[in-house]
Amino acid sequence: MRPRPLVPVLAAALAVVALQVAVTAAGREYYLTQTIMAAYYAVVALGLCLVMGYAGQISLGHAAFFSLGGYTSAVLTTADLTPLARSGWGGPLLRLHLLQARAGLYGGETIGANPWAAFGGALLLTFAVALLVGYPALRLKGHYLAMATLGFGLIVYRLLLGTNLTGAADGITGVPPWRLGFGLEISGDGAQRIANYYVAWGLVLFTILLLTHIVHSRAGRAFRALHGGETAANSMGINTAAYKLRAFVLSALLAAAAGSMLTHYSGGIGPSEASAMKSVRYVALVAAGGMANLWGVLVVSATLNFLSLRGCFGSYDDALFGALLIAIVSLAPEGPLQPLTAQGRRLWSRLAGHRVMTTPEGPAP
Amino acid sequence: MAEFFQYALSGVTMGSIYAAVAVGFNLIYGTTGILNFAQGEFVMLGGMIAVSLAAFMPLPLAVAAAMLIVALCGGALEILFFRRLRSHSALHMIVITIGLSIVVREAALHVWDESVRSLPYFTGNECSSVHLAGAALSPQVFWVLGTVGLAVLVLHTFFRYSLAGKAMRACASNYEAAMLVGINTANVRTLAFSVSAGLGALAGCVISPIGMTQYDMGTDLAIKGFAAAILGGLGNPMAGVAGGLLVGLAESYSVKFLPAAYKDATAFAILLLVLFVRPHGLFGRRQGSAVREA
Repeated sequence: MRPRPLVPVLAAALAVVALQVAVTAAGREYYLTQTIMAAYYAVVALGLCLVMGYAGQISLGHAAFFSLGGYTSAVLTTADLTPLARSGWGGPLLRLHLLQARAGLYGGETIGANPWAAFGGALLLTFAVALLVGYPALRLKGHYLAMATLGFGLIVYRLLLGTNLTGAADGITGVPPWRLGFGLEISGDGAQRIANYYVAWGLVLFTILLLTHIVHSRAGRAFRALHGGETAANSMGINTAAYKLRAFVLSALLAAAAGSMLTHYSGGIGPSEASAMKSVRYVALVAAGGMANLWGVLVVSATLNFLSLRGCFGSYDDALFGALLIAIVSLAPEGPLQPLTAQGRRLWSRLAGHRVMTTPEGPAP
Repeated sequence: MAEFFQYALSGVTMGSIYAAVAVGFNLIYGTTGILNFAQGEFVMLGGMIAVSLAAFMPLPLAVAAAMLIVALCGGALEILFFRRLRSHSALHMIVITIGLSIVVREAALHVWDESVRSLPYFTGNECSSVHLAGAALSPQVFWVLGTVGLAVLVLHTFFRYSLAGKAMRACASNYEAAMLVGINTANVRTLAFSVSAGLGALAGCVISPIGMTQYDMGTDLAIKGFAAAILGGLGNPMAGVAGGLLVGLAESYSVKFLPAAYKDATAFAILLLVLFVRPHGLFGRRQGSAVREA
């Protein structure tokens, strides 16, 4: 069966536009703020979905990658790089627009990194760290891998919390807007809210498109073989270690990209973004979305994060995520949306008047 | 020299708490194959319940009651959740125990709020100190070392000589064979959860006067306890003791070389290092697929 990921992506794009129009028409544009943040968090969950759902590996350290991206952008763009700009390197760096001037806190001008350059730096750093951690960690299995990634996440959290460069417990504020060109910028500016909404959801749809292609490619088949039984996959000539590492690094990069963009959007980042609870949340969202189900993960994570960001769960926020984890995994390990999609497929086949093909995920009608 | 000794004793004190958590991990892992991420929550619950009970009963009674309550909770968890979920994969089990730890922690937050509590000192008070070879120590340090040491000894005897202890060892070494010779494996699992929870609660009580008790202390303890368990070799209860002491000592001496803010990161770094270099632990035997088994 040839997958056609473009059709659902187009449908989702229409839904995104419809949501914006509806929200604007209802005069509740402030809802878009949480929708934007939920979109960035959804990107992290989608990346983790590749690792957990398809490659069958667990990562309890994705909040660390998210904050690695966010903090790199924040540190580089808010740092006072004036000495660097005045040195011999300054000329070429400024000419390449890797550095940019901004209004200083006390008037005058300070020179910091260009957000594009900072973004590139964030991705590079995350790439290196993900390789460094992933290479040995992914050789471990099950419990050991979970603990190794959790330990890595906690190290990053403690380092962020204990280092002055990253603002210790206060985090970093005053991150400048990221000018994308064409008058677009990623910033918390109210006038840019709708534009930011489309940037954020554009990233989500790009992620979905990318991941669907991977899942339906040779690599995706390798992942599923790997998930089914690593020894069997190995004996079929699949380099399982390499595939696991690739999935891990790619999802770390997606998390870092989301972190970097969200940091520009909200103008700052704090150490709580790297806490173990955040990592657990991403795992909860992937489990709740049905593990190997990109659309399920997207819908569940966008909805739950939106509600959580709007404060609907009050002080029971974390408790709810914990209870959700237990309930879904013990009652419906395939994900709560799985029965629904099976029903939908059955309905569709009845309407279309032909039998659907048997798929490994769902039973044929 | 006095400074060296001071660091060593403070390391051994925290290390004995990690050891208690590690022994708890190993008990459950050995008999059920589940890595219980909620292990640190038992320690927190023990401390919290004892603090609440100590308000209207003598301290030894409050500690004993807290141990009993937490042990019952541990057993109940096994009966309610893990008994019916045996067919789930390791990934699912990890997610479930993480969920449990969050729910317990958040419940504790709503019951006891976020303030830091502590039990009164078992003997003396926060000002009294014992001088030993130039190091000044709180008398509570001896309570911690004595209690955890005694508990480990009792456990060791229990495993060695009692019928229930032998049944637990049989389960750990070969689950199917244990079932075949007529051991009620389901009850052994419940017992493992209870004993491990009770041990955690005891550790939570003795450390409370010097280490304080707070609703969110569980995660860090669980990770450090796990680091200790891995260091000793997962599944071997008594090796966890050595692992715990090593982690505690490393953490304590790290303050000499690194900023104190990075103290916690040291234990986690040890964990990663051991996992990457010697995942079967310092005292464990390399078993090929044991680590790689999902």
